Amino acid sequence: MATNSNQDGFTYEFELPILKVEKQIKKLAEQSSSDQEGLSERIEQLEHERDRLLEDIFSNLTAYQRVRLARHPQRPHPLDYVRSIFTDFIELRGDRRFGDDSAVVTGLGRLDHHKALIIAQYKGRETNEKMDANFGMPQPEGYRKALAKMKLAEKFNLPVLCLIDTPGAAPSVEAEERGQAMAIAENIYTMTGLRTPIIIVVTGEGCSGGALGIGVGDRFAMLENAYYCVISPEGCAAILWKDGKKAPEAAQALKLTARDMLENGVIDHIIPEPLGGAHRDPQATTRALERYLSDTLDELCAIPVDRLLEQRYQHYRQIGVYRIAEPEQPTEPLSAAEGATAPSRTPDPPA
Amino acid sequence: MLRAGRKKKDMPSGLFVKCGGCGEMVYWKSAEQLLQICPECGYHFRINAWERIGLHTDEGSFEEVDAQLTSCDPLNFVANKAYSDALESDREKTGLNEAIVCGTCRIEGRPAAFAAMDFRFRGASMGSAVGEKFVRLVELAMEQELPLVTIAASGGARMQESALSLMQMAKTCAALHRLSGRGLPYISVLTHPTTGGVTASWASVGDVILAEPGALIGFAGRRVIEQTINHELPPDFQTAEFLLDHGFLDMIVKRGEIKSTLARLIDYLS
Repeated sequence: MATNSNQDGFTYEFELPILKVEKQIKKLAEQSSSDQEGLSERIEQLEHERDRLLEDIFSNLTAYQRVRLARHPQRPHPLDYVRSIFTDFIELRGDRRFGDDSAVVTGLGRLDHHKALIIAQYKGRETNEKMDANFGMPQPEGYRKALAKMKLAEKFNLPVLCLIDTPGAAPSVEAEERGQAMAIAENIYTMTGLRTPIIIVVTGEGCSGGALGIGVGDRFAMLENAYYCVISPEGCAAILWKDGKKAPEAAQALKLTARDMLENGVIDHIIPEPLGGAHRDPQATTRALERYLSDTLDELCAIPVDRLLEQRYQHYRQIGVYRIAEPEQPTEPLSAAEGATAPSRTPDPPA
Repeated sequence: MLRAGRKKKDMPSGLFVKCGGCGEMVYWKSAEQLLQICPECGYHFRINAWERIGLHTDEGSFEEVDAQLTSCDPLNFVANKAYSDALESDREKTGLNEAIVCGTCRIEGRPAAFAAMDFRFRGASMGSAVGEKFVRLVELAMEQELPLVTIAASGGARMQESALSLMQMAKTCAALHRLSGRGLPYISVLTHPTTGGVTASWASVGDVILAEPGALIGFAGRRVIEQTINHELPPDFQTAEFLLDHGFLDMIVKRGEIKSTLARLIDYLS
């Protein structure tokens, strides 16, 4: 599985060959003051070698390797992006009902000429932060906080930006006592009709109702190595394969990568990451995300809200693949067979 | 005391049946057999969609819609067995095309749009076809200006359709949001068991939410929570009574009184 080395922090086994070469480069670079013959040539060779390895390894990632990249301990968190992208950020806390959940951070921020409400899931970096944020698994208070702030945004015509990174909503006694399902349901329901633009970006993990609870909107993007799924691959493997170790198989079967989501019409955009994943160049990833948010804000804020809501409804209305069974003769599935991005509708929707 | 049935117990077929609540071998008297409630402890046996329709709608009034709408296997999902095979065997076993039966009906004379989930079909999980049937029914309710009544039971979002299933949570809620905008009432009845993505979407956004006694209702699976906290949960955890205590239900209604309760509520809300 994963290894820890003191020099390079956290590393997955499929990243190791690259780190090995990078270590050699670093070592040689340190010697370069002695200006030995051929040293810079050797470094250049190694850099080529590294780039080749990056290309080899990261253009052929399995679904589960992407899941692990999405969980990489060094991967930038939504809040890292928020800090870099937005100016004059003011955090607004509390759900005005029960408490304040640090697994969901909400606040106001500026990007270019736009003012926006930002909702960002948070996993924590240090151990105490992780404990506070329940490892990024929101309690009902987190969803209710998001809801309260979304209503604020609606009232003052602020677009809503949701950055998703969660292994799922908290499965706990307290969460059930305080209505986890009802909190998520109310958010989904409200977001389908919230009268202000909503942009959703999955930056890491987008698991289950825990993601959807702040995940309904007008535009839906994923970072290249993020994943989005109805259940964690481990959970799916435990249930359908009766073996949690089959998570790689489950990840494959669940079609959970950004590419899969674009193909099945669930998302409309993939934000590229640097080769090797967002953690290898957080600045480049931040710039790509910033550009996406800025462009999409420009686009959505120009659309009258009634039209926006109609488009939002029609987008969700048409998601799904099904068929009409004939009692005697079997029919062809009404699926997006030609590789179209939009999922199918039946040819005869109700009038 | 009523308890949620933890045992996998399908509908009883013989005259003597082992109760999923008290564990007694119970002898069905005719009234209880009709309602499938244990005469000893009041345990509500799980019943199927057509039995629901028979119990909660006026005789002969139910007209099914979209009966032929059914799931396909958009992801070619294969785990221990192929999803497409599982669908086919459930179709054969139940005579249903999908885990939800939708239609129009009368409830003590009042016209309504009505849907009931059927646990025998893929554990009444929600995939694309369930979502589409649900939304079509909501659209029908809007066209004909009918109140909407749904009887939920579900294992949650259907894993084999992955994100497409997850999206049905948004799709169904979007339609209900429109229904609400038209001022049409939506009454949601939760039955044993209602969990996961169905509890976290359409089942929980009713104008009025009812539940049957002892029904298991929750988000996370009981075993998942037990593994997380590392000890056993009390037997009443996630029951209808637990939810009522915590403020998430309007009322608990015995199976035999659901129909009259629906009729009275429709009168108030229409």
